[in-house]
Amino acid sequence: MTALTALFLRDVRAAIRAGGGAPVGVLFFLLVVTLMPFAVGPDLALLQRIGPALLWLGALLASLLALDRLLAADYDDGSLDLILMSGNALELALLTKALAHWVTTSLPLVVITPLLALFFNLDLPASAAVTVTLLVGTPALTLIGLIGAALTVALRRGGLLISVLILPLTIPVLIFGVAASNAAIVGPLPFGSPFMVLCALSLASLVIGPAAAALAIRQGLE
Amino acid sequence: MPLIDLANPTRFLALVGRTLPWLAALTALGFLFGLWDVYRAPDDYQQGATVKIMFIHVPSAWLSMFIWGLMSIAALGTLVWRHPLADVAAKAAAPIGAAFTLICLVTGSLWGRPMWGTYWVWDARLTSVLILFLMYLGVIALWRTIDDFSRAARAAAILTLVGAINLPIIKFSVDWWNTLHQPASVLRMAGPSIHPSLLVPLLVMAAAFFLLFATLHLAAMRNEILRRRVATMQILQAQAAPGV
Repeated sequence: MTALTALFLRDVRAAIRAGGGAPVGVLFFLLVVTLMPFAVGPDLALLQRIGPALLWLGALLASLLALDRLLAADYDDGSLDLILMSGNALELALLTKALAHWVTTSLPLVVITPLLALFFNLDLPASAAVTVTLLVGTPALTLIGLIGAALTVALRRGGLLISVLILPLTIPVLIFGVAASNAAIVGPLPFGSPFMVLCALSLASLVIGPAAAALAIRQGLE
Repeated sequence: MPLIDLANPTRFLALVGRTLPWLAALTALGFLFGLWDVYRAPDDYQQGATVKIMFIHVPSAWLSMFIWGLMSIAALGTLVWRHPLADVAAKAAAPIGAAFTLICLVTGSLWGRPMWGTYWVWDARLTSVLILFLMYLGVIALWRTIDDFSRAARAAAILTLVGAINLPIIKFSVDWWNTLHQPASVLRMAGPSIHPSLLVPLLVMAAAFFLLFATLHLAAMRNEILRRRVATMQILQAQAAPGV
């Protein structure tokens, strides 16, 4: 367990100290949110209605763009080979890396969401609902993205390919994330049922993501 | 013949060479019968002659799902049994599957224009098929991006299996999303069950489509094996060239 803790701390430290990590992701999120009114018009009533969807889309794109950094650096400097040979379960090591990645790139997005919700005139319950669904849903995005990162780790031009492979798989998360947020704001559904499905998707990706990614790494690096 | 006997590509090529002409002839015969049946089939009392689009649309829809299933089995063959022809089968099936899915989408939207007055509706089934099409394209993109055969095969196999797990989840989510947005589905057949005068041509056409897929798939697998041989021979030739 100490090896995994060390790996987690190393990844978090590297992400914080390297620069260009979390702040740029948050900035990208802010920019996407700023662009939306230019596309759909400054009508606050409309923006309030589609606000949760826009915030979810922005967070999805921001977390997607960071994915190529999830494994690429470790592949380049050989750390991934060391992790593979260390004798620890590769699934757990990848889960740890995904967790560190989530803490450094997705968690800041979740934290900034209540502030961005103000731009769409979302009231307090609505903003809380979007934040909570993002908090529960973004781990699923990171863990599904882990599969794409593992499949394309050895490729020079993997960045765009990850998005193409991963985006169809994130559709259920997007559907239930936005549905739960909307349910909390306008109803008619109770917030609980889509939210529970969202939790289930996150838990399922907690199993499928690291397992498939470890399989891909083992098959790809041998 | 046990499946493992086909592991030898030469034996497989010989088998394909023997069966492919017969299969192609059978396919042509199937389409001859099927199209004749379709020609004689009565028009629907509501939809008129446009109901005949169904005889292309529905078999392509069945095939689009069947081919992903076949690719998943081939993916297991690649990862678990390391069958040498499994990755050939998976690679050859992907573009054919994408093509049938595209046919399903295009005929569906051509059918939708006179029936619903629009080419596209964000109906649950249409949306699911569109996502399936995008996933086919993703698998093809992965195949094309990785140069090394066996590496590409294993990466595509993992993606195919992840897709096979996810496709029912996506289907369920899209159904759920759709019922939330529009309570009554537009995609309902006129009656509760399909009349035998339409069902028989449909089944004949479906058989013809499956035969067409089998023919195309075997031919594509043969081409893929030959393509690999050409690539290997080119490498050997380059290595044997003087001055290296």
